[in-house]
Amino acid sequence: MPLHDEHKKRASRNYALAGILLGMCALFFVVTLVKLGVF
Amino acid sequence: MDITSANQDIAEYHLPSAGDYFSLLKPRVMSLVIFTAFIGLLVAPGEIHPVIGFTAILCIAIAAGGSGCLNMWYEADLDAKMARTADRPIPAGRIDAQSALHFGVALCFASVLMMGLMVNVIAAVLLTVTILFYVVVYTMWLKRRTAQNIVIGGASGAFPPMVAWAAVTGDVSIDSVVLFAIIFMWTPPHFWALSLFACKDYANAGVPMLPVVSGEAVTKKHIMFYTLAMVPVTILPWYLGFAGVVYGATSALLGGMFIWLSYALLSDKKTVDENAGSAKKVFFFSIFYLFTLFAVLGIENLTMRVL
Repeated sequence: MPLHDEHKKRASRNYALAGILLGMCALFFVVTLVKLGVF
Repeated sequence: MDITSANQDIAEYHLPSAGDYFSLLKPRVMSLVIFTAFIGLLVAPGEIHPVIGFTAILCIAIAAGGSGCLNMWYEADLDAKMARTADRPIPAGRIDAQSALHFGVALCFASVLMMGLMVNVIAAVLLTVTILFYVVVYTMWLKRRTAQNIVIGGASGAFPPMVAWAAVTGDVSIDSVVLFAIIFMWTPPHFWALSLFACKDYANAGVPMLPVVSGEAVTKKHIMFYTLAMVPVTILPWYLGFAGVVYGATSALLGGMFIWLSYALLSDKKTVDENAGSAKKVFFFSIFYLFTLFAVLGIENLTMRVL
């Protein structure tokens, strides 16, 4: 497999991981607010 | 290591993609788990904040994915022998077994921890039981040892609506046990119908599924028996009062159709090699059956709450 394909694959995996981490941070934040009774 | 062999190693090394990791989660199984859990959440009496409800479903989905991943890690040798599963990421060499193990364990721990901290402890305990049942009891213990593997192991697929119910109410009630029982009783006829037309695959891999061990005739009798036992259980939500008359009528009608298809399979004297049609009908109908039952249960419940 050409090296630039490997780079693309690595980049897509990193973006997916970053998206998951950001999503989890947002979820933890919102759940904390819910538990505090803000919403 | 000289530069030539290092370059060769780099050329032969393939990074697993995000899609490879996603397919380790068994997305199709996960979608059914999410669906039944969502209905459990909807039908359970009481209120749950939508964010907490979403978190509960997310935890159940992550646990299902993690369990699926650990199942693929443990069964990589079997998967490599079966045409249906040979292209999964581990047997196909796209992900190494060690990475899959770490990924699965991390997901399972994260799901239980999140459920315990953000939803409630009872739901987290039930989620732990679900994971252990699927990974340890079914995958590691029963699947390669007994033809009754899916009868007992099927319980793991039946837990999600019960977990979701516990996320709302914080306890286990007879109603949630009924939801568990419906999926528990549905699993054997569903999987035995599949194993009838995938019998050669299972035999090649050495998995003691019922048709491999006892033959087609015995499997067809078992399908008939479990279908007859399942139908009254599916009517219980209406009888117990947590489902309405539309659900009651649907469960009776679809149950009758399931019995009729199982009987057609039982009375089909041709082997599955000669005619796989009747086994495939039972298999595909069983998926439609469970999906429709739970969909009607959820929609009717939602309608009654709104009106």
